[in-house]
Amino acid sequence: MAILIDQNTKLLVQGLTGKEGQFHGFRNRDYGTNLVAGVTPGKGGTDLEGVPIFNTVAEAVEATGANTAMTFVPPPFAADAIMEAAAAGIALVVAITEGIPAQDEARVFNYISQTSATRLLGPNCPGLLSPGKANVGIMPPEIAMEGRVGVVSRSGTLTYQAVHELTTLGIGQSSCIGIGGDPVPGTSFVDVLALFQADEETDAIVMIGEIGGTAEEEAADFIKANVTKPVVSYIAGVTAPPGKKMGHAGAIISGGKGTAAAKMEALSAVGVTVLDDPTGIGTAIQTVVG
Amino acid sequence: MDLFEYQGKSLFARVGVPVPDGRLATSPTFARTAANELGGPVVVKAQVQVGGRGKAGGIKIAETPNDAEEAAAQILGMDIKGHTVHSVWVEEASNIAAEYYVSFTLDRSAKKHLAIVSAQGGVDIEGVAETDPDALVKLHIDPVVGLTEWQARELVYRAKLEPTAARKAAAALKKLYEAFVSLDCDLVEVNPLILTGGGEIVALDAKVTLDANAFYRHPDFGEFEAAFTRDPIEAMAMESDLNFIKLDGSVGIVGNGAGLVMSTLDVVDLVGGKAANFLDVGGGAGADTITNALEVLTQDPSVKSVLITIFGGITRCDLVAEGIIEAFGRLELPWPIVVRLDGTNAEEGRAILAGSIDEKLIPAATMREAAEKAVALAGGTG
Repeated sequence: MAILIDQNTKLLVQGLTGKEGQFHGFRNRDYGTNLVAGVTPGKGGTDLEGVPIFNTVAEAVEATGANTAMTFVPPPFAADAIMEAAAAGIALVVAITEGIPAQDEARVFNYISQTSATRLLGPNCPGLLSPGKANVGIMPPEIAMEGRVGVVSRSGTLTYQAVHELTTLGIGQSSCIGIGGDPVPGTSFVDVLALFQADEETDAIVMIGEIGGTAEEEAADFIKANVTKPVVSYIAGVTAPPGKKMGHAGAIISGGKGTAAAKMEALSAVGVTVLDDPTGIGTAIQTVVG
Repeated sequence: MDLFEYQGKSLFARVGVPVPDGRLATSPTFARTAANELGGPVVVKAQVQVGGRGKAGGIKIAETPNDAEEAAAQILGMDIKGHTVHSVWVEEASNIAAEYYVSFTLDRSAKKHLAIVSAQGGVDIEGVAETDPDALVKLHIDPVVGLTEWQARELVYRAKLEPTAARKAAAALKKLYEAFVSLDCDLVEVNPLILTGGGEIVALDAKVTLDANAFYRHPDFGEFEAAFTRDPIEAMAMESDLNFIKLDGSVGIVGNGAGLVMSTLDVVDLVGGKAANFLDVGGGAGADTITNALEVLTQDPSVKSVLITIFGGITRCDLVAEGIIEAFGRLELPWPIVVRLDGTNAEEGRAILAGSIDEKLIPAATMREAAEKAVALAGGTG
């Protein structure tokens, strides 16, 4: 069993008729994901390569039973699109959109957690991949293979790097989850760690963090109290200068807080294998799984 | 984007938070004119995007226009933590009865807004947090609801601000919060927010960080940005939509994805070198993007070798390789380039590079090997 997405996923893409939405939506379908609908206001009633397009998420859900939404809507309209998906009863919203204002993210996160049972992954995330089952997002699925290691990360390309290191050594993955690099991620490390801990098909966990915020420290506390599976971790940004946003809106050391060193120390202290080189992830997993 | 004090104050004035009257001056003569216009004693304050300017001597009181001119002459050109002072803010001196601290920011773990208020303003607030943490009153605000009247009152009373000014202080908090939300700030900090001898609440300082992601709804923020002296290399990178940060080493870095680039800087450090920059070409970079990135690095004389690290997802390694070859043809590249390609079309990319006879092009199989080679070519450490 994979976490969050699998053969039962019925995917709806908000912005399927746009360039990126189309490319990735159909790439996800090619992988075997059940792509059931697209939503583009004004284009309802048409179809794209056999996928029906609806004006609203509610209509699409009613007609197709979609349970997962992937959002490629541009930043000015993305917050609204996420709330629309939640209001329509979508269980998982995967927001790929990069560049949503932080105030919108804070409002949306609190709004949907108060008014729905929807889980938000992202924004500004690469999505998630359950090898052999489903792909929702922009991860290149050919680097992954089916297996029993769960991967969770704040960074897109570093997720690919980690998955590649594992696959190269013949170690497969149960699910690969990109939680995104923004200051208010809908799903946190702690949320994903809980899911991996409960997942019978996950034996070990790779967690890739980066500078900024305290999500890794909170993960360390959670691991200490709740996670019995081995965890291997890598934190990017050891040499990042304070006060500079390193590409991601959330990757910034401010007021002496959010340093890689503090995060590595917190994780080491609770028994996590912490690496200083991301290319060592595969061998580290081999060691801890035995 | 961190604003200058005077820019932050202009935003406060916009939402109705009182600020002292002042003028911006870029020369001692202008400072004199400003002091003349304002009349009476003034304060001359260095405008830099960094804290701690008071301790560094960047704030001076001037009784007369003469004094103001002299103060400005001392402050202009001063280096404060690596920031050169290009302008001073000359404002009327305030009659201070009490100094408070106020800030609004996002608490990332709680995913709520966080208000911090203290009656012990005007000093280093991190110091207060350490020696007297109870003096900082903290309150979470639900971003869906916003700062309510009762919360504003509660902050004022719990922080023990002067009771006779409670109503005005609470009103100022509401307005500052309104600025924080409606102007899309990552941070609004006022230290000090003062109570004047006349019983008024006035923002004597302004530390405001704007969220660049929200600039599309504030077209007027462009003028703030125009006031910053930007590093010419950073400006050039911005024009090509490249995410670039200058660092102080000698190994130029080009990669795709913020995490991967950050991690590359770390691996370069690990093998004994130092990166000259952070440069993320983003997702889906084509040949042009890579050529542009290399052109940006040619502007930095401290670069001695370049390390290109790509993990192809949306980005195709064959296009990256073409971009590198094209850059060799089009630009005068003064340094060796170590290239490590993985992911989408990596084999095709490596084949394209192998077809090039340029001896300055050095392939590497792993990130670590690439870092070792690039550091050695840059002349080892430093």
